[in-house]
Amino acid sequence: MYDIAVIGAGVIGTFIARELSRYSLKIALIEKDNDVSNGTTKANSGIIHAGYDSEPGTSKAKFNALGNPMFDQICKELAVSFKRIGSLVIGLSSRDMNTIEELYIRGLANGIPEMRVLNGNEVRKMEPNLNDDVSGALYAPTAGIIDPWELAIALAENAVENGVELLLNHRVTAVEKLPGGYRIHTPASDIEAEYVINCAGVHADEINSMAASTHFHITPRRGQYFVLDKYAGGLFNTVVFQCPGKMGKGVLVTPTVHGNLLIGPDAQDTDDKENVETTADRLLFVRESAAKISDRIPFNTVIRTFAGLRAHPNTGDFIIEESKEAGGLVNVAGIESPGLSAAPAIAKHVVELLRGAAGKLKERSDFNPLRRKMLKFMELSDNEKAGLIRKDHRYGRIICRCEHVTEGEIVDAIRRKAGATTVSGIKRRVRPGMGRCQGGFCEPKVMEILAREMGKDMLEIVKEEKGSFILTGRTKGSQDYEGK
Amino acid sequence: MKGSDGVKGYDVAVIGGGPAGLAAAIESKKHGAGSICVIERDRELGGILQQCIHNGFGLHIFKEDLTGPEYAERFIDELKELEITCKLDTMVLELSADRHMDIINTYDGFMRIKAEAIILAMGCRERTRGAINIPGTRPAGVFTAGTAQRFINMEGCLVGRKIVMLGTGDIGLIMARRLTLEGAEVKVVLARRGYPGGLMRNVAQCLYDYNIPLLLHHTVVKIMGKERVTGVLIARTDEERKPIPGTEELYDCDTLLLSVGLIPENELSREAGVKLDPVTGGPVVDESMGTSIRGIFACGNVVHVHDLVDYVTDESRRAGRSAAKFVQKSLKEEGLLIKTKPGDGIRYIVPNLIRVDNLDDTLELFMRVSEIYRNARLMVKADDVVIRKVKKMQMAPGEMERIRLDSKILKDREVSVLSVKVEKEGT
Repeated sequence: MYDIAVIGAGVIGTFIARELSRYSLKIALIEKDNDVSNGTTKANSGIIHAGYDSEPGTSKAKFNALGNPMFDQICKELAVSFKRIGSLVIGLSSRDMNTIEELYIRGLANGIPEMRVLNGNEVRKMEPNLNDDVSGALYAPTAGIIDPWELAIALAENAVENGVELLLNHRVTAVEKLPGGYRIHTPASDIEAEYVINCAGVHADEINSMAASTHFHITPRRGQYFVLDKYAGGLFNTVVFQCPGKMGKGVLVTPTVHGNLLIGPDAQDTDDKENVETTADRLLFVRESAAKISDRIPFNTVIRTFAGLRAHPNTGDFIIEESKEAGGLVNVAGIESPGLSAAPAIAKHVVELLRGAAGKLKERSDFNPLRRKMLKFMELSDNEKAGLIRKDHRYGRIICRCEHVTEGEIVDAIRRKAGATTVSGIKRRVRPGMGRCQGGFCEPKVMEILAREMGKDMLEIVKEEKGSFILTGRTKGSQDYEGK
Repeated sequence: MKGSDGVKGYDVAVIGGGPAGLAAAIESKKHGAGSICVIERDRELGGILQQCIHNGFGLHIFKEDLTGPEYAERFIDELKELEITCKLDTMVLELSADRHMDIINTYDGFMRIKAEAIILAMGCRERTRGAINIPGTRPAGVFTAGTAQRFINMEGCLVGRKIVMLGTGDIGLIMARRLTLEGAEVKVVLARRGYPGGLMRNVAQCLYDYNIPLLLHHTVVKIMGKERVTGVLIARTDEERKPIPGTEELYDCDTLLLSVGLIPENELSREAGVKLDPVTGGPVVDESMGTSIRGIFACGNVVHVHDLVDYVTDESRRAGRSAAKFVQKSLKEEGLLIKTKPGDGIRYIVPNLIRVDNLDDTLELFMRVSEIYRNARLMVKADDVVIRKVKKMQMAPGEMERIRLDSKILKDREVSVLSVKVEKEGT
């Protein structure tokens, strides 16, 4: 029997699991996929919002404002890249400037520091590549950018280091009430826990309905993006938003922590929770919307398009509470934007909810908040590079030529706690395949390393989900060769 | 040969040990360069030739029909005989305009080297799904043709059973045949334009001979499948290569192969400040294959994508000779400079610049036409004077055109622009 089972290893589930690992608790982190951060967390804008968007008094407003300042310390502890580059909401008309004024006032009500309303000249001085018709902007210097999956992977690793059991490939099929707890059914095994925390993202409504008859509804709201090559990363210095509409914050343009340029998302409700396909018409819309921000975006340097799903709740606000009828089930649901920004504050709040409910949280003396830094070879000085290769020659072999990733970094990504087991898992942890060749050159080599490290055959290596096989068999010649 | 600053020095450093780098290094040595170092990022020399196990290489240079590895072997053997240094499994991290390089490998560790002359021979990479924006899901089973070729010919692994191929580059065409021979079903090959992108001989030998259907004016508009590709939606394209709504057709397949173009790989060149030609994607080069930076030369697919490796060899030998001359201070750096200019129907011309004093007896111009031409002529003009007309039965963008000119024509007059255009029949 676990004390707590957290369902869903996205950024919310991993944050909560890591926060709970400070206490003497037996915790299971249950994930349906074969890796953490495989849902909404791997496909969003990666923005840590300043916090002026949400209506004052909502959970979104409260946890965003509380969460934003926590990122410096958390990212330092977990050795995750985070850059507080600031954000602009640009205005293209006098109506927009009214909206900007409203956002500013809303920001003040939410307690957001350091905001300023800039005129057109001030904005263009800050961002010379904006279009000439920009008439002003709301500048919020506390906004930042992060790699969301890097964060979730780091949280999962640190949680596991601190005793959390990560159960991958456990898709929850039923939640059964027991005296004093729950039995969570999965095809892999059943898990019993006193408390269940539902962080199942777009599936959170289904999980809730397995245990309770009072329902909420999550609508998957799809957003599509372009990723541009690093040549384009320097086009903007800040996160640039347009004025928000009723479907969300609209198409933004931002540099990423890795130096690419990210453009998107649109917003389109779907009824399919697996539907992350991109479509020509919506990508065109994103492109045309981005052109309102700048007509200098080099779309000929696109290296990838992708889509993600936001978990849009019918309540209009985050749902963070213990179920009134299913005691011991805590829903953390509908965590759409600014969910990533709010995540650390949500995790702290959930711990307080449990403290109130269970009343027996004992802090551990041996909790280690620090995660061993993932060495990024190219960020080292010449001397450090030389020293590292002398110590471990695998750092002298570049596997990914676009992002300059060494074999040493890939092996480390596999061997860590909550380590990579798939080609995409490696890609998200250390970036081979994220560059302009999109894995064309390095994929065979990455597969070879994965196979070697896991004691598997190349044919067993998958791209992403279970069943996403890359290779389908042996050639005639190699069968003959092996037969001899 | 370590300098006083502890930096290892060479006369010539060649970045890339594929066909271009090998030919350039050998030729440099033969023309008097002393110490030469070839830096190769893969585990063996030969580059992409090593995965091209089909024949058809060397018809011009060796008058023989060789496979890729056989072709490479001839150069690798010669390189060894000439005792040219090679660093395998070695990556150049940085190249500077003053010809210093930071390199790493597992056996030397991190090293800074310096060369009197540098030859860029990094080759090219394939255009990906992302670069051409094919919408849909992102499952396993989407490969560029070259990656599939590596899996099949180097790793001995199959990439799929039911295949649709988008694009008709040469590697793609070769792979359509290779996959068929391995028992896979290549259902259809799509060309986005009204003509194939690769050599006609490959279309005939790899598609027609195996009854693989080729659909011109078609593209893939959607990729389907969650874990693995389960199908693609194809559509007709208009003259601008845009899909025509209402013409969609579903193909059931487990693999989509892409052969949609090659891009010269110039990240190092760009960082060093080498000027690039926006049309070729490669360095702007002169008659000696010199780039905009003194002492840095370039050859092969890093300059422009070639159709035949023999042309790469020719061009690279020229770069190798020039680098050797540069080291021996016999390469002219002043004197009359002629610009080449692509006229109607010509996409680009290599070289971009011609320093007349460095010309041998003949000057070779390489170019590609921008569309299919039948019974047309290539017309070469020195300023306003027509100096050469070459009749062509057929010209296609997939096939490189080469014109040889007697250097005397250029030496005898003060030419400032050398232009080539396509002249259609009857005009």
